Amino acid sequence: MKLTDIQSKVHSTFFKEHQKKLYQSLEDKHTTIEELDDGDPLTSKMILNMGPQHPATHGVLRLVLQLNGESIEKAKLDIGYLHRGVEKIAENKTYQEFMPYTDRMDYLSPYSNNVALCQAVEKLANVEVPERAHYIRMIGCELARISSHLLWLGTMVMDAGAVSFFIWTFKEREKIYDIMDRLTGHRFTVSHARIGGVANDITDEAMGAIKEFAETFPKELRDYHKLLDRNRIFIDRNEAVGVLKTEDALRYGGTGPVLRASGFGMDIRKFAPYARYDEVEFKIPTRMEGDNLARYFVRMEEMSESIRIINQCLEKLPKGPVRTDNAKQAYPSKDEVYYSMEGMIHDFMMTDTGICPPEGAETYCAVEAPKGELGYYIQSDGTGHPWRLKVRAPSFANLQVLENIIDGEMVADTVVIIGGMDPVMGEADK
Amino acid sequence: MSLELSEPLQKAIDGLSESFNNKILDVYQSTGSTFVLVERESIVEISKYLKNEHHYTYLADVFGIDRYTSEERFEVVYNLISLRDGVRLFLKVRCEEEQPEVDSVTSVWSSANWAEREVYDMFGIQFSNHPDLRRILMPEDFDYFPLRKEFPLLGIPGSIELPNSTPDTE
Repeated sequence: MKLTDIQSKVHSTFFKEHQKKLYQSLEDKHTTIEELDDGDPLTSKMILNMGPQHPATHGVLRLVLQLNGESIEKAKLDIGYLHRGVEKIAENKTYQEFMPYTDRMDYLSPYSNNVALCQAVEKLANVEVPERAHYIRMIGCELARISSHLLWLGTMVMDAGAVSFFIWTFKEREKIYDIMDRLTGHRFTVSHARIGGVANDITDEAMGAIKEFAETFPKELRDYHKLLDRNRIFIDRNEAVGVLKTEDALRYGGTGPVLRASGFGMDIRKFAPYARYDEVEFKIPTRMEGDNLARYFVRMEEMSESIRIINQCLEKLPKGPVRTDNAKQAYPSKDEVYYSMEGMIHDFMMTDTGICPPEGAETYCAVEAPKGELGYYIQSDGTGHPWRLKVRAPSFANLQVLENIIDGEMVADTVVIIGGMDPVMGEADK
Repeated sequence: MSLELSEPLQKAIDGLSESFNNKILDVYQSTGSTFVLVERESIVEISKYLKNEHHYTYLADVFGIDRYTSEERFEVVYNLISLRDGVRLFLKVRCEEEQPEVDSVTSVWSSANWAEREVYDMFGIQFSNHPDLRRILMPEDFDYFPLRKEFPLLGIPGSIELPNSTPDTE
């Protein structure tokens, strides 16, 4: 099949140049196996466009696959359908104003995004965070991890054919939403972290809900294990599918559970401990196989480790303030704002100018988001706006891996492999 | 400013300044991260050296910065991790505003592929010897580089072809 043939069949209305280059690049990928034209009397070769509006691609991911019968000869990914230019927006916002935008990046675990940004700014501007805020952040991050992994589990199992399972995991996610509602005041886009701490303390109600969840969830998790671990259909769908070797995972820059399922135990929580992760005990689940089943086991074990971390945090949760008491660095508490003139002025100043890190300072701060290493690079020019803010998105890195491991797989397995990679397009497209 | 380097980083910096004495323009630290500014022409050599001699096998990210100065306006930053030593190092190169071009490091780390495409897409920095240098987030038909400082926040009207919002009219 020649490029001209493809072009004659696909009449793109928009972005003609873009489509042309994409097909050209598909044709150019591994040019060594390029002998399609003549020896194909049954026309079993075709180009299949999967997405961007495809329910199984988890958002607006587009794959252009060159098929030979049912197997994929080569594939190219086209991303950017959800590009909103958050890095450009960040340059025109104060640090705190930009924080709600991070909720909308990895919208399955907004809490870890907030924490990642706030930690980067705190590192840049040398803000001290109270002990209690660190622990609240850890609890929130681990809840977000469980919530994100539950969505992955539900959709991945649904991609493999079992629809009812999706409803089970969403039942548990609903409980986490309720906890987030009580803890932060929002169900979905939480925006709870503040520069210098968190927005509000844990209420007794939220505390009770978290404790109850930490108690009941391991039982649910056991049920999931019971259903899936030895399930013939599930194993057949996932074993030896989308295999990623350790050296390939490192070479292509895989991160998070994808890297750990390929046999490399890299976790930012241990690599460069942030918050108070060095004071709690937890394991980094690692598997050697590198296939989709390994990714399943890694994420399942991560969920029970998260529960362990939450329990330890609840036990250790120190008393004290939840935000730094320096009006030049963080918002004053609402009590101060309502009842004192200085408080109101400080609140106004924080909103108007915000925190101003020293000129020329640069920082990179990463957290272990559910998808992998989520890093913020910030360069300051001394004003309240960042000069440059770059998000190192884990989904972006994992999608690059996907483009490379999908060659040679079956068409029917693509959705399972995408499910196993667990990309979030809001984050990959920025 | 004196540097406070951990032992593996010190070794890497010493090795770099020994092997590439006049290619290392600056070494500095900011909020705990170490940055090494190197000559643009020798980025691939230095990358190879760091990967082979100091185990910087994992490239986490490549990104651009618009410094908006008249000289050497653009900066490309490489975010490297040494998995053996567990340290992070940032390499930087600078290039001119007119036809910015940097050698691609995809031959050293395959993961640079998409990251360099993103830098090209956002800043218009060309990467020579890149296997597939296309735009990644913006469509190919787009004529501007959005993260350059002169690009307006609201965008440029008419720069992106959009579907007709009232289909009944022509």
